[in-house]
This record gives sequence, C-alpha cells and structure tokens, in this order.
Amino acid sequence: MLFEGMKMTIIISVVSLLIAFALGLITLFFRISRIPPLVAVAKVYLWIIRGTPLLVQTFFIYFGLPQAMAAIGADFRLDAFAAGTIALSLNAGAYMSEIFRSGILAVGRGQEEAARSLGLSKSRTMATVILPQALRICAPSLVNQFIITLKDTSIISVIGFADIVYQAKIYIGRTMESFATYTVVGAFYLVAISVLTSVSSHIERRMNSAHKS
Amino acid sequence: MPIKVSIRDLHKYFGKNEVLRGIDLDVSEGEVVCIIGPSGSGKSTLLRCINLLERPTRGTITVDNLSLTDKKNNINVLRRNIGMVFQQFNLFPHLSVLKNIMLAPVDTKIATKAEAEETARRLLDRVGLSEKADAYPLSLSGGQQQRVAIARALAMHPDLMLFDEPTSALDPEMVGEVLGVMRTLAKEGMTMIIVTHEMGFAREVADRVIFIDEGVIMEEGSPQEIFGDPQNPRTKDFLNKVL
Repeated sequence: MLFEGMKMTIIISVVSLLIAFALGLITLFFRISRIPPLVAVAKVYLWIIRGTPLLVQTFFIYFGLPQAMAAIGADFRLDAFAAGTIALSLNAGAYMSEIFRSGILAVGRGQEEAARSLGLSKSRTMATVILPQALRICAPSLVNQFIITLKDTSIISVIGFADIVYQAKIYIGRTMESFATYTVVGAFYLVAISVLTSVSSHIERRMNSAHKS
Repeated sequence: MPIKVSIRDLHKYFGKNEVLRGIDLDVSEGEVVCIIGPSGSGKSTLLRCINLLERPTRGTITVDNLSLTDKKNNINVLRRNIGMVFQQFNLFPHLSVLKNIMLAPVDTKIATKAEAEETARRLLDRVGLSEKADAYPLSLSGGQQQRVAIARALAMHPDLMLFDEPTSALDPEMVGEVLGVMRTLAKEGMTMIIVTHEMGFAREVADRVIFIDEGVIMEEGSPQEIFGDPQNPRTKDFLNKVL
C-alpha cells in the first residue's frame, strides 16, 4: 500500500516536472519576446503563481474550477491526479521560467552578438548558443526546483490523490503505527532526493570537465 | 576598384548622447582600412554599425550596393558576407573549437556537415591550430582563441572582415600571432576594416588610416600621411600620446 503510494508520488512528480519544463520554456519565450501582450500574459501568470500558496492553487483547480464551469453550464470535472498535475505543473513552470531567465541573463551579450554576426537568426541564436549555455548555468537551481516539486506532491494528498502521504494516513488509521510509518515516508523522500542530487551533481561534473578539457 | 562599403551621413545616438555625428566613408574592394582614435571616440560603434550590431539612428550603409539600413533586406543573409572579430573573442564555450567554426555554415545551410568540417579543418590549419580541433575554447590561450575566432568568421566565406580591437584583450606576447593571421588575410586581398590601437600594424598593413574623434572623421589618408605628417591638431595630439 505504501509502495503503491511511492509509485504515485514518483509518477506525478515526473509528469508534472516534464510539463513544467515545457511550460517554463514557453513562459520564458513569452517573457523575453518584446511582444507586449505575450509579456503581459507571462507576467500575470508569474504574479498569480508566486503570490498564492500551492495549497490554494490546488483547491482552486480541483474544487473552484468545476463549480465555475458548472455555473456557465459546462460539465467539467477533474480527478485528483489531473488536478494535482495541473497545479504542480503550473506552479513549478512559473518558477522554472524565472530560473531559465536568470540563466539567459547570465550568458554574456557577446555570445549573442557573435552568433548574430555570423548570420544566425534570433531564434537560431537562442537555440544553438544561448539556451545550451543558460541551461548549464541554471542547472543547480533547476535541480533545486525538482526537489521542491517532488516534496510539494505531498500537498496533493489533501484532494485525495493517493500518493505516499495519503496512503500513510490510511495505513496509520488502521494500525496506529504513526512513528514507524512516517519514518518510512521520510526515508522515502530522503532517498529519492539523494538520488536526484547525486545524479545531477554527476551530470554537472561531466559538463564542467567537458568545458575545460 | 569597385566600392565595397559606402556610409553616408551616419548618426548614432545612445539616448541623448550623439556618438557618431555624420560619418561619410567609402571602402573599396580589397582595401585595408584602419580606424584609430581615443577611447569613446565612436570608432567601435562605427564598426558595429557596418553589420548592424548597432542600428544607426540616421544615415545609410550599403555593402555591395545592398542597403543594410533598408528593412526590406534580410539582415541575417547580408551578415553572412560580413565577418566580425571581437575584442573579447566571444567563442562559444560549450562547443569544441571545430564545432565553433562549423556552427554557422551548417545552421544557415550554406554547407553540409561534411563540407563544413572540411572547411573548418582547413581554416584551423591556416591559423596554425589544427591540433586544437577538439579542444574547448576556455582551455586555449587568448591568442589561440582569437585565431579560432578569425577562422570561425572566415568559415562563412565573407568578403568583408570587421575587426573590433582584436588584440586589445591579449597579453603582449600573443599579439604577434593574431596580427600575423590578419596580415596574411590582407595580402590575400580581403577587404578589412580594423579598429585598432596597434599603430605599428596600422602603419604596415593599412592602405588607409582614419582618425576619428568625438564621432567625426577628423583626418584620413595613407599611413605615411597620417603617421608621418598629420595635419589635424587632434591627430597630432593623439599620436603624440600613443606613439
């Protein structure tokens, strides 16, 4: 049962992070596009996500949205997994876009000028020169966001998503084994995050040595 | 010789500050022009206008009779024929030396991967760095990086090369190797516009020297005229300080 919860926690983390990564890039392109309506959309999105707690965002999507849709006569329902994934993706996507943006700002202006002077278009310069370097620069912050999102999946248990925390509560309800159960739950997060950290530092080391070899 | 670059009444403002105040300049095909002048005189800005890294506030620039300042012309295509070498090299640190040189020809589809690699290796050989093909830029000395940067620009087969103080960021012992590559390029007939503080090099290689101060061309002429017998008091003053 706990094992089933671990599986769900990992699945919703991976799915949400993948969507958030794409969403973060799209928001980044809106934000730096110099097209006022797109910039405005990105800014409002960031403002809302950063200005409200994930718990409220989750409740809003799971309970609030269906009611609003019902009021305009649409039958719209989300299961806990879908609502949770949307909330986590929207949340992490906003933060990731800011992480990407800081990475891009850290790549020197000379890089863009060099690529443009060779005849590369703006978008090709972004794809071949700026983004690869920006991703390298922001890799540590990005991993940090992965960790935050992995832990934030526990919040989704409040809408009944059967992650490890949800399963733990049910198990404790039956057996009263709070100490042992939460020790296992804690250990699970520790192991998962340690694995994530060591994989990322391994990749970082390899990228850095490639840079200078 | 036909005219390669033609600049008319070029003005550039940064905010309220007028950096270029009406530049008129023609450069012939195969000509080597060195631009000298004190820092802040606008000489780098002038050079950067010639491939539109800076957009002129007013005036026209044509290269091969194609107007850069006319928005109908695709600047990305025009830039392919204009190579640029920067003071800070600006090599792409995430790519190997070979990939640095191959990136633009492959990405703009003017060459296949195989062709681009062949060109890149030939150019590396030419700048004396064949053994560094797989090295990463940051592992090279400044002089080596700048020679790779020249090879990278040449890979697009430009017929005009712009040099923006190419030796100013180099340790003194590395200046010679970069100037050597540029000297060869000049002998082969490349049209070159060079912003430089290397007066000895300008005297030796330039067909024409242009002295800029406060955003205007104060004086121009052959190296013998400018260095041997400058007419403008500003030119005299500047040369007294640097020579």
